[in-house]
Amino acid sequence: MARAVSTRKRAIYTVIAWTIGLLIFFPILWIFLTSFKTEADAIADPPLFFFFDWTTENYGIVQERSNYLRFLYNSIIISVGSTILGLLIAVPAAWSMAFVPGKRTKDILLWMLSTKMLPAVGVLYPIVLIARSLNIYDTYVLLIGVLTLINLPIIVWMLYTYFKEIPVDILEAARMDGASLRNEILYVLTPMALPGIASTMLLNIILAWNEAFWTLTLTTVDAAPLTAFIASYSSPEGLFYAKLSAASTMAIAPILVMGWFSQKQLVRGLTFGAVK
Amino acid sequence: MLSSKMLGLTTAIALVATSGALAETLTIATVNNGDMIRMQGLTDDFTSKTGIDVEWVTLEENVLRQRVTTDITTKGGQFDIMTIGMYETPIWGANDWLVPLDDLSADYDVDDILPAMRGGLSVEGTLYAAPFYGESSMIMYRTDLMEAAGMEMPDAPTWDFVAEAARAMTDKDNEIYGICLRGKAGWGENMAFLTATSNAFGARWFDENWNPQFDSPQWKETLEFYVNLMNDAGPPGAANNGFNENLALFQQGKCGMWIDATVAASFVTNPDDSTVADSVGFALAPDTGLGKRGNWLWAWALAIPAGTQQESEAKQFIEWATSKDYIELVAENEGWANVPPGARTSLYENPNYKDIPFAQMTLQSILSADPTNPTVDPVPYVGVQFAAIPEFAGMATQVGQEFSAALAGQQSVDEALAKAQAIATEEMEAAGYL
Repeated sequence: MARAVSTRKRAIYTVIAWTIGLLIFFPILWIFLTSFKTEADAIADPPLFFFFDWTTENYGIVQERSNYLRFLYNSIIISVGSTILGLLIAVPAAWSMAFVPGKRTKDILLWMLSTKMLPAVGVLYPIVLIARSLNIYDTYVLLIGVLTLINLPIIVWMLYTYFKEIPVDILEAARMDGASLRNEILYVLTPMALPGIASTMLLNIILAWNEAFWTLTLTTVDAAPLTAFIASYSSPEGLFYAKLSAASTMAIAPILVMGWFSQKQLVRGLTFGAVK
Repeated sequence: MLSSKMLGLTTAIALVATSGALAETLTIATVNNGDMIRMQGLTDDFTSKTGIDVEWVTLEENVLRQRVTTDITTKGGQFDIMTIGMYETPIWGANDWLVPLDDLSADYDVDDILPAMRGGLSVEGTLYAAPFYGESSMIMYRTDLMEAAGMEMPDAPTWDFVAEAARAMTDKDNEIYGICLRGKAGWGENMAFLTATSNAFGARWFDENWNPQFDSPQWKETLEFYVNLMNDAGPPGAANNGFNENLALFQQGKCGMWIDATVAASFVTNPDDSTVADSVGFALAPDTGLGKRGNWLWAWALAIPAGTQQESEAKQFIEWATSKDYIELVAENEGWANVPPGARTSLYENPNYKDIPFAQMTLQSILSADPTNPTVDPVPYVGVQFAAIPEFAGMATQVGQEFSAALAGQQSVDEALAKAQAIATEEMEAAGYL
């Protein structure tokens, strides 16, 4: 039987958990509320909480002005595409680093991570020039390629830590039974590391979905994802918070829903190997 | 099983990954301002007349600048038309980055463009961008609060009058602040206002040999006057306020006066958004008797980047969007108060437009700004609220941070000016001016 936890303690924990949860969730809630206000209410001081004239006019305006579905479609293709491509490269890479480490494996891992420290704008011109000479500006190929490269260090690192938790003996047993390298990775390692792979995948979809610098810089029309959709609602001269909030709500809704449904996998993946 | 799924998905991605733009479609980069959004809504008129489709890319102002600069310097050819301002046009035009607009049709009547706008968008007499709408700055004030303070706003006030009125109108207990001015750091935010204001106080960014002038008594007077006035009569947290924050304060009835872009006049008089719409008056930006008013000049203009494949189509669009007919089209659909202001002389001669309460003051403000002769003492640069050199934006944003910190009380006016002088000197030396 589990340890008995007093009602009092349980209540305190519940309150603390809810407070932290609400604090973290508050910005999203505020965006959601603002999206139903008029522009005047959105900037009202003191801020209006729930008691204002709820209106859906911002959603109407956003729908009328932008082709939301096209941006959404592009976001899905780019984030899912870059995550899958990243996994295809990272699974074998992490396997070799976890199970057949060489002398310099640790150095390589650190070096990979260090590329994340380079400010993105530092490689803006080389990437733009490469894109231009290959004639792939504003295409999925370019965006998927760039986002894969950007997120690859994180994918490899995450998978590496998950793989490290898997006893090498099991893989050796498979090898003794005559499994080829491909079968060993596909049928022995992958199923065991599935929670880890799933959470890596989810996290990378979120990272790619939210990536704003490259997606804004390397797209114009054809491949522009939801970040471009949001950016188009900021105005230098004129109030825009309510419409921007409506656009933001529409942009984050799909990823929020996905996160909600995959909560179990995410938590399982993130705590994978923690209790052993 | 996973591998087959993965394979399927990658194939799907490869299949949908397509490239290439469609022919006969113009791609136009723009900002999300009311007039631009209205233009997007009316594009069908252009398409039905010419058969040319238009694809809009709306971006945040700073992202737009970064995108078009990258595109233009790498000859990326992503845009056929870009929306740029009065700061970029002379610099980019001189670099041959823009297609000269020297062969516009006779119907277009290029001479109808307001001289100040045309001058600011030209290099050595050649027009490089057509103004879509133009603006200056002016005073917007609450007629009821002014009356309650027992004062009367002249059409062309001095800074001393404005300061006195602002202090008289202030009632901090009831959250009424006599004056709202920009404080948020940025070359296009507080520095646009302060550079223009410094002109009225006889200050300048550089002397004729490009030596920074922040150590001059005129700059000290400008900044001291501004900081003291804002401390006495400005809203709390003014160092974070830009155009939109002040617009919100004014619309909520918390500002006695607001000196900012003329384009705001249509917002503050719109009863749908503004609680004070029926009690707003207008006056020219103040002076100090030295012959220069602290009012700026700006235009959002349409330009064609060199390297576009569709130059003649792009010119057709620019002629359509900045024509007299376009103004008529907006008036028909949205009313005269919503036509793009500040670009054409004929608009201000139109009897329908003369009835708009802020029209004449806007025109007078635009006409009294002179980008080629902006200061009391001579300067080597063009521009009222900026100096049209490539180094200005970066330098002015840094200086703006120092001035914003002085307004927030984090440092003294003298410290801010000393730092500004050091920043400007270093930048100008690095750029080879000194």
